[in-house]
Amino acid sequence: MKFKANVKVMLKPSVLDPQGATLERALKSMGYDNVGSVRVGKLIELVLESENIGEAEKAANEWADRLLANHNMEHYSLTLEPLP
Amino acid sequence: MSVKTAVVVFPGSNCDQDNVRSWKAISGLDAQLVWHKEASLPNYDLVIIPGGFAFGDYLRCGAIARFSPVMSEIVRLAKRGNLVLGICNGFQILTEAGLLPGALNHNKNLKYLCLDVFLRVENAQTAFTGDYSKGQVIKIPISHGCGGFSLKGSELKTLNDRDRVVFRYCAPDGSVSAEDAPNGSLDNVAGIINEGGNVLGMMPHPERLAEKELGGLDGRPLFTSILRTLKGGS
Repeated sequence: MKFKANVKVMLKPSVLDPQGATLERALKSMGYDNVGSVRVGKLIELVLESENIGEAEKAANEWADRLLANHNMEHYSLTLEPLP
Repeated sequence: MSVKTAVVVFPGSNCDQDNVRSWKAISGLDAQLVWHKEASLPNYDLVIIPGGFAFGDYLRCGAIARFSPVMSEIVRLAKRGNLVLGICNGFQILTEAGLLPGALNHNKNLKYLCLDVFLRVENAQTAFTGDYSKGQVIKIPISHGCGGFSLKGSELKTLNDRDRVVFRYCAPDGSVSAEDAPNGSLDNVAGIINEGGNVLGMMPHPERLAEKELGGLDGRPLFTSILRTLKGGS
């Protein structure tokens, strides 16, 4: 079966996010005073072939742990959907 | 003792020749360029991972390079106690590979920074820094977009307690405050060493200021220190 995995990688809250801080300032300077904190992350979409959704999740987690996210400064979350 | 030195080349490395040049000119010894696909290396006494943009810095700096075949050999040599020096992108690759702690994040002002900075030598008793003196202020160029060192607080304490922060960004008079780290590096960290004392990573480029024709010699003692260590057989 084919699955699509969405891996969302974000900087940990404790890590300075210069891109997020810049966007926050930009929105404020545009007059949107109600903007709160802004954080910028990455969305990685990948398609994979697996026997079932459990196996697909296991594989995608392994890839995220080993390559897609750096645990020193990032965390990730994962969603999966079967593809037709 | 004959000293064998390798300078690793990834697709996108761009300081490999500079390091070969500096090492040869300063040590009078040879250095081999080693392609990242090499899955088996002789026991090089010194491996230099140079600066550049390995694999275009895609995903994160060093994230893809860390899985090149040559890296398992570099890990093997590091575990053996041989010297490994990562400069700039080389430092980023060493953190991704887990040979050094922490990670390098985007500069706090989001700019690519190419300028001379002042560094304070915090530990002059490593295999890489014996020809400096503790507290010495040196001027070395940086050239990076992701040099903001990041590490968990408890691990930072371990680094400091064990004197493993080797270089810190500082003011010309050697004082250290947060604004002296143009990249926003945590605790002004510019270079660190592993627990075993044989793997050094640093963002600044000593090879760019190691011969007088280049306008300065402040990077030179790094190479003479390494040579002394290797010749001394320690």
